Amino acid sequence: MSNAAEQPISNSLGATSSQEESLSRRAFTKVLFTGIGLCYAGAIGYPIYKYLASPIQKSMEAAKVSEVRLPEAQKLAPGSALLFKFGTKPGILIHHQDETWTAMEAVCTHMACTVQYQPESNRLFCACHDGVYDVKTGQAVSGPPPKPLKTFKVTVENDAVIISKV
Amino acid sequence: MMKALYHWVDERLGLSELAKLAAKKTVPVHRHSFWYFWGGISLFFFLVQCVTGVLLLVYYRPGPEAYESVRQITNEIHFGWLIRSAHSWSANLMVVAVFVHMFSVYFMKAYRSPREFGWWSGMLLLIITLLFGFSGYLLPMDELAYFATKVGLSIPEALPIIGQPMTNLFRGGLEVSELTVQRFFALHVVVMPAIFLPILVFHLWLVQKHGNATLPSEEAKPESERKSIPFFPNFLMQDLAMWLIALNVLALCASLYPWGIGEEADPLKPAPEGIHPEWYFMSAFQTLKLIGKLFSGELAAFGEGLGITLFTLGLILWTLIPLYDGKHENGRRARNATYFGLLALGIIVVTTIWGYMSL
Repeated sequence: MSNAAEQPISNSLGATSSQEESLSRRAFTKVLFTGIGLCYAGAIGYPIYKYLASPIQKSMEAAKVSEVRLPEAQKLAPGSALLFKFGTKPGILIHHQDETWTAMEAVCTHMACTVQYQPESNRLFCACHDGVYDVKTGQAVSGPPPKPLKTFKVTVENDAVIISKV
Repeated sequence: MMKALYHWVDERLGLSELAKLAAKKTVPVHRHSFWYFWGGISLFFFLVQCVTGVLLLVYYRPGPEAYESVRQITNEIHFGWLIRSAHSWSANLMVVAVFVHMFSVYFMKAYRSPREFGWWSGMLLLIITLLFGFSGYLLPMDELAYFATKVGLSIPEALPIIGQPMTNLFRGGLEVSELTVQRFFALHVVVMPAIFLPILVFHLWLVQKHGNATLPSEEAKPESERKSIPFFPNFLMQDLAMWLIALNVLALCASLYPWGIGEEADPLKPAPEGIHPEWYFMSAFQTLKLIGKLFSGELAAFGEGLGITLFTLGLILWTLIPLYDGKHENGRRARNATYFGLLALGIIVVTTIWGYMSL
């Protein structure tokens, strides 16, 4: 009888301690499994990210250009322009009627369309949203462009034109 | 907050009905329960194929640049070798899993009424899986790919009347060329997935509808003696554990034995020595060779035709098994089906080993 009376007490004691133990064990397992899960996610995600990002690095290296040499560009007739590649972006070289030269990035500051030289109105024009830039300074004249075009330094040599970052 | 959101979605989509359905679903437990995992493992490798396949699409260029683009993926793009290796390895492991799944279903007699459509849709999925393998094999356009496709296409070409025009259509001409690569690419990434996916959904829906089949020996037991576990979460957790094992096996294979790329295919170069088909076509290759040896000279073409006919007949017989062993109380006939299965398995294993020995 006394045995039977004692038993429930020890039982319930055992139950609480095992419950506590299982709680901490549960927390431990949770941390463990989350950790393992994160390791797997990383081991799968990292190669996939690097794989997809592969060409980005290349294009960033290509964008690091600070000077471009355009052979024979000194023959460009006054009152005309030519587009060239500066790193990854298009640039525009203009030979003005007054024999001066200008070069700037041909990327419209509004939404990145490529601008064109219009000799008849002597302006730089973006056909996407009718943006207009000054042909010598690159200042935004009318339309939506928020900023002027980035200009480059032009050096005319005997057999080439050198375009470099300012 | 979460509760309210769940309630809102549940009201519109009936999630709790699904949960109730999932709670009712059980999976039988017996000494052969292990084989229940192989359908899921096949599915896992198929999903890996989808993911790695889409990743390869990012850089792969079919047509004349095919070889160069695979060379870039393998040698220049970060982890490109790993993605490609995983795609090739997972393809092979998927074929293994699909074969194990098919033979386990066969020997457990799980094709019997009412699961005939499960068996038939499964056979279709198996055939498309092999065609996925065949069409994907050409895409890198290296020497092995080129000659494997040449040889492979000469098999349908041997068919009377329709063989030649049909094969020309698949090949885009009389010879394997960049036009073939372009065609196989379209088949591999658009046409075949578009056929495969609805059949797969149908196949999986049937499993939900009929549940797992049990062994005939289990069916003989009274209801009270059969054991089962709930699908959710018990069986699902076991399933996911198997997926984890499958993932680890794949990761080990793909990284320790990266899939290489051979020389670029050149139609003016002789076939490299020891060239042979992928292991899952080896049995068919060797059997055709053996039957071909029985006939020589002018009869050789007849021998090849006979081999293909025998194959097709065997495959049809295999596919139609639910029709002549469809009832659960089939006694003698069931044993014959088992013998037939063992014979088929035996022939496949022996001819595969024979094929590798005689390289």
